Amino acid sequence: MEKTINITLKVWRQRGPKENGAFETFQLKNISTDSSFLEMLDVLNEQLVSEQKEPIVFDHDCREGICGMCSLYINGHAHGPDEDVTTCQLHMRKFKDGETITVEPWRSASFPVIRDLMVDRNAFDKIIQAGGYTSVNTGGVPDANSIPISKIDADEAMDAASCIGCGACVAACKNGSAMLFVSAKVSQLALLPQGRVEAAARVKKMVAKMDELGFGNCTNTRACEAECPKNVSIANIARMNREFICAKLKD
Amino acid sequence: MWLLNSSIGKKLIMSISGVFLILFLLFHMSMNIVAVFSADAYNMICELLGANWYALVGTAVLAGGFLVHIVFAFMLTLQNQKARGNQSYAVSERPKGVDFASQNMFILGTIVVLGLIMHFAQFWYKMQFAEILGHHEVELGTAVVGVADGAAFIKYWFSNPIICILYLIWFAALWFHLTHGFWSAIQTIGWSNQIWYNRWKCISNIFATVVFLGFALVVVTFFLKSLCA
Repeated sequence: MEKTINITLKVWRQRGPKENGAFETFQLKNISTDSSFLEMLDVLNEQLVSEQKEPIVFDHDCREGICGMCSLYINGHAHGPDEDVTTCQLHMRKFKDGETITVEPWRSASFPVIRDLMVDRNAFDKIIQAGGYTSVNTGGVPDANSIPISKIDADEAMDAASCIGCGACVAACKNGSAMLFVSAKVSQLALLPQGRVEAAARVKKMVAKMDELGFGNCTNTRACEAECPKNVSIANIARMNREFICAKLKD
Repeated sequence: MWLLNSSIGKKLIMSISGVFLILFLLFHMSMNIVAVFSADAYNMICELLGANWYALVGTAVLAGGFLVHIVFAFMLTLQNQKARGNQSYAVSERPKGVDFASQNMFILGTIVVLGLIMHFAQFWYKMQFAEILGHHEVELGTAVVGVADGAAFIKYWFSNPIICILYLIWFAALWFHLTHGFWSAIQTIGWSNQIWYNRWKCISNIFATVVFLGFALVVVTFFLKSLCA
């Protein structure tokens, strides 16, 4: 038989970016421990709709941990208490019967609240637009292994590329720094020969954009790495610093 | 200028000035340990570091290093608070793998500066500063001692248990500050990766502990000596 729990939810409600928000408390009964956290919120929203109340606004899309849309700061952790998963992959079995669960939006000056739990993460798109791409003509699809790349570099580039841009790093950082995100995007290209061509210009443009958008300065607390659902390493931040300092010294 | 305008530039200044201060700590600690073995040898060092031109230049450079480190700490902390925004989390837990020191560097730094003010009032003001003003002897408690008689200063202050405890608290704050500061500086310069991160962290802990023990040794030794006297 499936197990169910009763929970108390404390959810942040805020009507718009300029308005003051506050917590609202909800009681939920008979929530299946097999349901995901977002399914639980769906149940709550259906309940609210049937009571003619405004449903809670939250971001979500693929619900399989790859799109980076879901967010939520749950019980003091970005993407909740489970490790290396996004909120959509968090299950209610991680919570106890009778538990009070506090749900907050990402809180950072660069991620203003749009409504309730949904925040504006456009700043990340702007950073990518500043240089997170390759514009060299790479021709047609090359034969496999025609460009030799070491296994170590390939693995590290792949690990950096696993960043889904959800913003948990910024949400978890006491400095509101986006350096884990930016460094992952710098690293995934800097490690490969195709991305190397524009590496110096890229890191300068992306860091400049990051600073311009008002993200904070990394103090190496490692909270980003600990809360990252994709386990992106702060070794990427060291690589970005190295790339940036070398690029500036060459100028 | 990218060093002053960009986030990484400012962090680089923070880390380079930090490494410079770390080297100074190493020097100061080595100098102190001499006092444990020989008061005369220690006083000879104090003589060398009086109001000579090279000691004054050294002091000025050192003060500059401190100033840069402190000014940038304020700048970066204010910027980071602004980036964080006004709204704080109602529930916030320190994730696994995040050290206490790493999130409290500014507070630890403040304790270090407060300790420094106490230390300056007790030693530097009556030693190098008095010599700059042209004095050769100063009052220390009920006695009158030479400005370069460092051993007498150590004996006098560290016979007081409250002063000893204050110094040990100061060193403890410094220990926390260094365990994070050392590897963090290296990481900011970019000399780290997945393998070296663990190595640097281990080196930081060892270094901070050596510095702590080196400084504490002098305080404890002279306190115990004062009890026997």
